[in-house]
Amino acid sequence: MTDSMITARGLRKKFRQNSGESFEAVKGIDLDVRKGEAFGLLGPNGAGKSSTMRMVASVSPISGGELRILGMDPAVDGPAIRGRLGVCPQEDNLDQELNVFDNLYIYGRYFGLPKQVVRERVVELLEFAKLTEKAKSKVEELSGGMKRRLTIARSLINRPDLLLLDEPTTGLDPQARHVLWDQLFRLKHAGVTLVLSTHYMDEAEQLCDRLVVMDKGVIVAEGAPLDLIRTHSTREVAELRFGAGEHADHAEVIGDLGERVEVLPDRLLVYTHDGEEVLAKTHERGLQPLATLVRRSTLEDVFLRLTGRTLVD
Amino acid sequence: MGAISTGPISEAVAPRDLPFKEGVLRQVDYWATLWARTWRGVVVSSFLSPFLYVLAMGVLLGGFVAADPDQLEGAPSYLAFVVPGLIASHAMQTAVSETTWPVMGMIKWQRIYESMLATPLQPRHVVGAHLASVALHLTATCALFTAVMAPFGVYESWWGPFLAFASQVLCGMTFATLVYAFATRSRSEESFGVLFRLGVFPLFLFSGAFFPVSNLGDVGSWLARLTPLWQGVNLSRMFALDHVTWWVAGVNVAVLVVLMLLGWRWSVSGLTKRMIT
Amino acid sequence: MTAPPTTPLLASDTTQVQPLGPGAATRILVLRNYVVYRDAWKLFITGFLEPVFYLLSIGIGVGALVEGFEVGGNEVSYATFVAPGMLAASAFNGALLDSTFNVFFKLKYVKLYDQMLATPLTTGDIARGEIAWGQLRGSSYAVMFLLVMLAMGLIESWWAVLALPAVLLIGFAFSAVCMAATTWMRNFQDFDKITLVQLPLFLFSATFFPVDTYSGPVRWVVECTPLYRGVVLCRELTTGAVSVASLVSVVYLLVMGVVGLLVVRRRLDRLLLT
Repeated sequence: MTDSMITARGLRKKFRQNSGESFEAVKGIDLDVRKGEAFGLLGPNGAGKSSTMRMVASVSPISGGELRILGMDPAVDGPAIRGRLGVCPQEDNLDQELNVFDNLYIYGRYFGLPKQVVRERVVELLEFAKLTEKAKSKVEELSGGMKRRLTIARSLINRPDLLLLDEPTTGLDPQARHVLWDQLFRLKHAGVTLVLSTHYMDEAEQLCDRLVVMDKGVIVAEGAPLDLIRTHSTREVAELRFGAGEHADHAEVIGDLGERVEVLPDRLLVYTHDGEEVLAKTHERGLQPLATLVRRSTLEDVFLRLTGRTLVD
Repeated sequence: MGAISTGPISEAVAPRDLPFKEGVLRQVDYWATLWARTWRGVVVSSFLSPFLYVLAMGVLLGGFVAADPDQLEGAPSYLAFVVPGLIASHAMQTAVSETTWPVMGMIKWQRIYESMLATPLQPRHVVGAHLASVALHLTATCALFTAVMAPFGVYESWWGPFLAFASQVLCGMTFATLVYAFATRSRSEESFGVLFRLGVFPLFLFSGAFFPVSNLGDVGSWLARLTPLWQGVNLSRMFALDHVTWWVAGVNVAVLVVLMLLGWRWSVSGLTKRMIT
Repeated sequence: MTAPPTTPLLASDTTQVQPLGPGAATRILVLRNYVVYRDAWKLFITGFLEPVFYLLSIGIGVGALVEGFEVGGNEVSYATFVAPGMLAASAFNGALLDSTFNVFFKLKYVKLYDQMLATPLTTGDIARGEIAWGQLRGSSYAVMFLLVMLAMGLIESWWAVLALPAVLLIGFAFSAVCMAATTWMRNFQDFDKITLVQLPLFLFSATFFPVDTYSGPVRWVVECTPLYRGVVLCRELTTGAVSVASLVSVVYLLVMGVVGLLVVRRRLDRLLLT
């Protein structure tokens, strides 16, 4: 067996819309996900993340290019591939009509696993997801965090080699997110390959060994989180807040202080290697910011730089 | 993102206790919007289905029924017998379907009531507006149906259709308030399935819409006469056929009105308990 | 997390995922529906009552007003005439309900099928599983109905034993076609169109009165409708008026079901595997 869990070359996805026009959600991307790594797919809404995820999950036929999952062709071996995948979709699609235990049990049976094996795994997974006491509860009685944990537990029932998580922590409170991250770390330790898409840069920085940033159906950057920050941003960012409406004028005054200055409605961002020095020089030039902040560059800076600040719906 | 206007809020401030009429009227736009979207379906279900029943049972099957007024509570034909009962039954079914799933949907699926009650509106206003919409639906359905049936000689006097129509709407509203009260206390839609199968359906079949309840034997016919639907069916048939026993009509009306008022109280208390805890 | 990171999760057993044949897949999907339905037993039990109520009301109540009809040359009472019609009609109504509203809900609202397709199950498995479950439920109602008919003396022939498979055939044909139709529905308002078809079929398929009530082309049209085929088939079986012509109904319903099933698969592929 090869070490490659996912290989994509020139992968494309086209949808025919009701108007008859076709819309290309994924415009030829290359991906290589290796065994045991945590791989992130980042991008704003409409970047093509979910379409890519669905193709990898072997529930969406590809429109062009080449795709191999676990060395197999999804068009031919869909059921066999899905038997070794764990899928945690963006929206919890739990079986509302079943209780918590049966959600895991019945789902396990869909994989053709023997009853006794599934029962043992359900007990273990309920423990893992901290839902043992809720085993007999209905799904609608669970909190958002519990549902999410149940969905993740469900995706593990077949002991997947590859776990796909589409925005796993969207809508969760900070406590629930940290519990989930911890669980994902443990899975990674256990040797499970993770592929996750997310909007949260801190999540990507925490969890991913390697990631790609997608925008409008193409990959715009690729690498380890720290490498991406090094390549696409400066070490530090100085944030300066002035009175409303003054930012554009002041940006001209201090425009030469950093590698790049970005004007936002409520503040100026100066990308630089030394934020404190920028602040000092700003004062020297006679400007008095209302508030200042010096921080390290984050993945979020990289992301916004690459995909823009315009709202995407 | 656009600027958010923060004008004076004094106009929007509610008096401490919103009058009932005012509260209901504030929801007219909501219900009008809903009606504008769904009226086509309403026409289908409220008109076509009873019409098809009349055609199949009244006309086609009725062709095989010997028309003997003594056997048909004074009706000259099976069609004349079956029409007033069918309209009353249809009023019940309309009322029940408008106060089961839609009420539960507004309570727990789309959570419309939650958003309404976050404004100065109170449960009684919400119940009032919902039931007013049902009343409007019933009025439209029964009136349309009566108008179509009138030329076929199923009414024996000029005032018959009007009084029969009023009895049908009354009958429907009695079921609307009672079932609304039931819906506010139901946790899952499964109970509606049971309600339909053990309540609505047997009532539809055994309350004298299709045959005189006397065909059910002594015990059966008295049981049938205890049901609220029989009150409505009997009332509208007596008026339609101009075959009125006035004391019976008085009892029928009294039973329906009392049940309707009780249903109203239970509806308001039910919604209050459910939504305001 | 309470458990230490050395938890044997993912390592304890190495049972491999087995490929599921169509039979096994269908069985598991039926199991899923059974587990759901186990808690809704009230609804299940009351389902038995529905056709019985109809039988008592129309057969006995209206039957007192109507003289008997002739079936295959024999004069039978109105109740004997109408009961097999209702048997067929209730199989039709049950199949319709299961494969329209329930399927739509699972397809569009709770996304149940998306969940299933993330596993080795296929769209064909889903279609077969849903229809098989509907058949199982429908046949238990049909058995009950036939027993009530027997108790009321409305069965005239041993051929009635075959009424059970006939009911299953009716259920299969309508489940498949209605499920196919459901894949084109966009919202619950679209279901008014189903009612538009359901009610006329129910009322005019010679369920309540003989087909010779109609004349000329109207009668031909009625004789070509699927529920009419089901109604006459059941009536021929319970009254013993079976002939070679009965096979026409059998073939008709069989073809209808198979075509429906093929369409369902293709449509589910298009809807869910995009």
